[in-house]
This record gives sequence, C-alpha cells and structure tokens, in this order.
Amino acid sequence: MSSATALSWFARHELRLAWREWLALMTGGRRKRKRAAVIGLVLFAAILHLPAWAVIGRFADLQMPIDKPSLIVISSTIVLAWALMLSQAIESVTRVFYARADLDLIMSSPAKLTNLFSVRIAAIALAITTMALLLSTPFIDVLVIGGGPRWLAAFGVVIAMGLSAAAIAIAITILLFRLIGPARTRFIAQIVAAIIGAGFVIALQIAAIMSYGTLSRFAVLTSESAAAYAPNTDSIVWWPARATMGESEPLLLLLALGLVLLGSVMALFSGRFADTAIDAAAYGTPGRKTARERRFRSGSRQQALRRKEFMLLWRDPWLISQTLMQLLYLVPPALLLWRSFADSSAALVLITPVIVMAAGQLAGGLAWLTISGEDAADLVATAPLTPSRMIRAKIEVVLIAIAVIFAPLIAALAFASVNQAAITAGAIFISAACAIAIQLWFRVQAKRSQFRRRQTSSRLATFAEAFSSIGWAASAALLLAIPIAGLVSGLITASLVAATWKFSPRRD
Amino acid sequence: MTEFAATRFTVPKHLRVMVTSNTKPGGVLVMKPENSALDVRGLTKRFDRLAVDSLDLTIHAGEFYALVGPNGAGKTTTLRMVAGLLRPDAGAVSIFGVDALADPVAAKQVMAWVSDEPMIYDKLTPLEYLEFVAGLWGVDPATSEPAAQELLTSLGLEAHKHERCEGFSKGMRQKVALAGALVHDPRLIILDEPLTGLDAVSARHVKGLLAERVRAGCTVIMTTHILEVAERMADRIGVIASGRLVAEGTLAELRQQNGHTDTSLEDLFIALVTLEAA
Repeated sequence: MSSATALSWFARHELRLAWREWLALMTGGRRKRKRAAVIGLVLFAAILHLPAWAVIGRFADLQMPIDKPSLIVISSTIVLAWALMLSQAIESVTRVFYARADLDLIMSSPAKLTNLFSVRIAAIALAITTMALLLSTPFIDVLVIGGGPRWLAAFGVVIAMGLSAAAIAIAITILLFRLIGPARTRFIAQIVAAIIGAGFVIALQIAAIMSYGTLSRFAVLTSESAAAYAPNTDSIVWWPARATMGESEPLLLLLALGLVLLGSVMALFSGRFADTAIDAAAYGTPGRKTARERRFRSGSRQQALRRKEFMLLWRDPWLISQTLMQLLYLVPPALLLWRSFADSSAALVLITPVIVMAAGQLAGGLAWLTISGEDAADLVATAPLTPSRMIRAKIEVVLIAIAVIFAPLIAALAFASVNQAAITAGAIFISAACAIAIQLWFRVQAKRSQFRRRQTSSRLATFAEAFSSIGWAASAALLLAIPIAGLVSGLITASLVAATWKFSPRRD
Repeated sequence: MTEFAATRFTVPKHLRVMVTSNTKPGGVLVMKPENSALDVRGLTKRFDRLAVDSLDLTIHAGEFYALVGPNGAGKTTTLRMVAGLLRPDAGAVSIFGVDALADPVAAKQVMAWVSDEPMIYDKLTPLEYLEFVAGLWGVDPATSEPAAQELLTSLGLEAHKHERCEGFSKGMRQKVALAGALVHDPRLIILDEPLTGLDAVSARHVKGLLAERVRAGCTVIMTTHILEVAERMADRIGVIASGRLVAEGTLAELRQQNGHTDTSLEDLFIALVTLEAA
C-alpha cells in the first residue's frame, strides 16, 4: 500500500471512529435510538432558532461600515465562541492522548507514525470544527434570513476558528506535557480548559460589576469607555467581525491563518504527538501518592461509608477542578455582594439564582459520583448493610459537602439581608435535593472515571437536572422580587421534577 | 453450664463434618453436625436465555469447593445470586442456616465476595481500603487493624500499604481485593476466577492464603478455568453446564462416575461438557 493510500485509509478509519463515538454520545450507546436521536437533534436545532432569533436577530440588518460598539459586541462574541472552542479542543486532545484503545496497535504497525498522527490531528480539528458549525448554524441561519446571504461568510469564520482552536489546543497540551509531565497534564489541562472556557465571560462580568454594579457583561461592551479604548474601525483587530459580515478579504485571510496554524502544528508536533502519546500511555497514571500512617477509626457502618466517600471526593481531580470552577463562577456574585454592602444595591438579588444554580449543578455531579460512580459496587453490595441505609449515607455526604461549600456564602449574605440568606439557603437545599433525587432515580452503575459520559446514560435525567437547577434558581430570585411569581415558578419546577420521577425507570 | 468444643474427623476429607461436643450433666456426649455452609435449592435465573436451571448445591462447612464449567455455563450467575448481587427468579439460598433471600444482611455478615475484576478504589491506599471494608462489616478496629497489617504482609503488600492503589498492577489490585475479603474474617469466601491475570508468584500467594483459611475452618467456593488449580486444591469439584450441575464429587468420585480410573480433570471436564452439549 502506498503512503498516500495508507493515509487516506487511516483518515477514513479515524472519521468512522469519530462518527461512531459521536453517534454513541447522542444515542447513549443504544443503536435502537438512532432514529429518535436524529429526530431529537433536528427538533433541537429547529427550536434553537428561536433563542438565536431573540439574541442576535437584531444584528441581522447591520451593514458595513458599522460603529465601534457594534464591532466590539460582534468581536467579543467571536472571542467568546473561540474560547469555548479552544476549551473543548484542549479536552479532546487530552482525551486522545490518554485513550490507549488503539495506541499499541498503531505504535506497533509498520506505518510512519508522523503521518498517522498528522491525520489524527486533522481529525481532531475536523471534529471540533464540525461541532462548532452545527452549533452555530441556527444563529447564522437567523442572520442570513434577516440580513441576506452575505452572512453566510460567518460559516467560513467558524471554520477558521475551529482550525485555529484545534491547532492551539494541541500546542498547549504538548507544551503542558513537556513542562509538567504526563501524570499532571490531564488534571491541569482540565482546569486550563475550564478557565479558558469561562474566563472571558467572568472577566466581563467582573468589569461590569466594578464599573456599573451589575452582572450584565453587555454594559461594559457597549459603554463609551470601551469604545474610547478600542482601536479604530479600520484596525486589523476587527477583521474577524468584518469577515463575519461578508467581507471576503478578511475572511480569506482568517481561513488561510487557520490552515497555516494547523499545518504548522502538524509539521511541528506530529512527531512529538507520538512521543507524547507513548509517555501518556507509559506514565499516564499519577505517580505513587502516599498517605500518612494513622490508626483505624471506629464507628458505625454508615460512618465507614461516609468517611470513604469524603476521602474519595477530596481526592477526586474532577471534583477539585469543578469546585474551583464553581468558585470561579462565584467570584462575580461575591464581588457584587461586596460592592452592595456599601450602596445596598438591588442588584444583590442577582446573587441568589447564581448560587442556587451552582449548588444544584454541583449536587448533581456529587450525587453521580457517590451514588452511581461506585468503583467497588460488588463490595458495597455484598456488605451487611441494607441498600436504603447505604443510599442514605451517600446522600448525607452530598448534602454535607454542599453545606460546607455554600455555608460561607450564605453567612456573608446574611450580613446584607437575612431574608435573602434564608430564601437562598432554602433554595440551595431544595435544588440540591432535587438534583440528588434525579440522580437516584436514573442511577446506572458506573466507574468514577466514566464521569464524562454520565450525561449520555439518560438525556431525560440530564435535562431534568439542568431545568430543575434553573427552575429553583429562578423561583428563589422571583420569590425575593415578586413572591407570588416565585411560588408559581416553584410549583412549575416541582411539577417538572415530579414528571421526571414518573418517567424514571422502575426499580425493585 | 454447657461447654462447647469443636472437634474434626480426619478422613475422608470431603466428608468432613464439623461437630460440636456437648457434655451434658451426667457425662453423656451428644454429637451435632453443623449446618452446611451453603445450601442452594432450585436456583433459577433467566436473562435472554436460561442461565441457571433449578440448581441444587450443598457445600459443607470447612470445605474447598471448585465450580468449573465452560464459558456461559452459569458459574458466575450462580455465585452472584449466592452473594446477593443478583436476585434469583426462583429458588432458595441458605448460608449457615440463614435464608439469604429473606435476611440478606445476616447472610452477608459471614461471607465475602471476590470477583475476577478487582474492584477497589484507586484513590485509597490498601490500608485505607481495608479500614473501610472492616468498618462496613462492623469489625472492631482493635481486631481489624492488626489483621489488616498481617494480611498485607502475608500478601507481599507491606511496602505498598501507604501508596494509593491507582498505580498498582492487576496482580497487586487482586491481592488488595482478596485482603479486603479476608479482613473481616468471613466463614464463607466466594471467589469468581480469582487467579485470572495473576503471575505465578501472586497466584501462589493467593492459593496459599486460601488453603490456610480452609485449614482454619473457613469454607471456600471458587470458580476457575484453571482445572489444575481445582484438581490440586479443591475437596470437591462441581461441573456446571447450561446452568445445571452435571457432575459433582472428589476427583476420584468424578473419575469413578465416568468410568475412568486414571484420567486428568481436564479430560473428565471435556468429556462431561461434550456429553452435556450433545
């Protein structure tokens, strides 16, 4: 087989694997669901046109030349989307490095590794770009329908963004490997990806709070001061925005830049990609971590179970990165809280939904880790402990962890408003309890390391958990502003949780 | 006042019966056979097909019993039902006289389960794992801590007892899982292919430890594909095929039942399962 044939064969193989992985992600690994998944996706894409219309419909009529604030808003949106793509790309690249499934086979084959890994890099870029194109289609559709075919150029910008995000993600991950070694890269890359993904939004929110006392990031983007500091409208900085609006020259340049970046990364790193993959395979497991000597502790069986759960949560890299992320997300509301002490701003109410939603999401993750993510399921199932006591001990762990994380914020809130602190605390409890209940109803025994795939086991549980968190967050906020609306919202959310229970699988 | 003392007959081994001597006032000695360690009656489980078909099985206390059979014969399903990991469609399971289906907690208190895939926690050290297992079985730390230290030493894990299990090899993980099964001093140990993936040294460690436990009066049921292990270690061997027990007894009895006087267990096994398949 010639080198070119081998490459195209390997590219087809990579594409087939990527397609099947994506299909499994969409169908939860059940082939019978393929048609349902396709219908669901089409419906989801159709429905997504509505919020897309609401968010960017008003920009469809924009014509060049446009003013600086509009350029700032479009460019910021592009930067935000690119940051999210980069974050996703870092995660994908790390996953490829640590997935050992076919590494031994590839390494032991007589094919030229540099070529094979070049194809793999291209496949990563293609996967990221395709996903970005799919997600951006409803938004671009809205712009095309409202403003004409010139907005089709936005697809080109998305492709350029996908290519460059993949290229930079590969470079960052390989550099991390060289700097901190394969054992730590997986964990650090997770945090870097999360910070890159959320950092831009959080930075905008912080700027908005410090300048205007509000969580709205658009306040900064459309402000006069931002316009004053921004470069002139003919600056190269605005080329992505201008390319999006249909200018061909910037578009071609962006596409060329994306391709050159990816090509350079393939040329520079495809050889190292192989080395890095070998390192990850050989030393991917963290180094020997030791614990200090201490005596065995006495206590009930439930105490033993709780101690184990706390110890595992404390040592869980996902949880640490997620908690750090939650803390990062809580920085803007905390700043708002701090500012509000001085001027008793009404914006203080905005803190409650942010905290309640964070608590619900974190509780869902923790509940999955403790209830479904049991690495020694057989051991616990053969222990002389009734299933109800075992589940109760695990639920207690989640509630205690949520209480420990959010108690300081509630305490700080109580200094500003006791009523708000009480409502927030109640909503945190309800939101966490609902998230735990949903995880319990839809539990599927799995390994903790399968956390990433938890959302594929039940789409209903995933959406119910998200809507429950959002619903309780909205109910708490409304209860503070318009109590009757808060009660109605609470009832709707409770009905939604009850409906979820009704659709949950029956158990003995 | 009544005084009890345990006595053991010596031959034949598979017919060993644990008896208690009860010296009544007046010097009359009453012999009472102890209950069987495991008594399974009419155990049935169906998935897509019948996995276990009205299985009857009795294992005596202090016995090493090997359950062998071809892939998909129903060995693991049977043992998972006995261990309380799977609910049978029909049948009864009694462990030391306790109805395991009616009172699973009491039954689980005296048994331990070890599967072929060691299920341990990557983020715990072996010592922390053993502390957790002992806590789950409600063992007093004053008893479990020295037992844990001794087990880790005898399994060659002393040097690694403070290291997290995440970097351990399959053999080391299996040894940690086995130590977990033994730390609460169970009366019945159920092992599903415990030697899979172990190197020769580790396998010898495990076999030695199991033999030691049986000598101390513990009952062991083990499934294995390594017929040599069953042949050398087991007091009795049960051959299972298509969810049914097709033969049972000592190696000599199995030979006798099948009209061979000098054949290996492997030949006997192949003859039995081929006959069953036909």
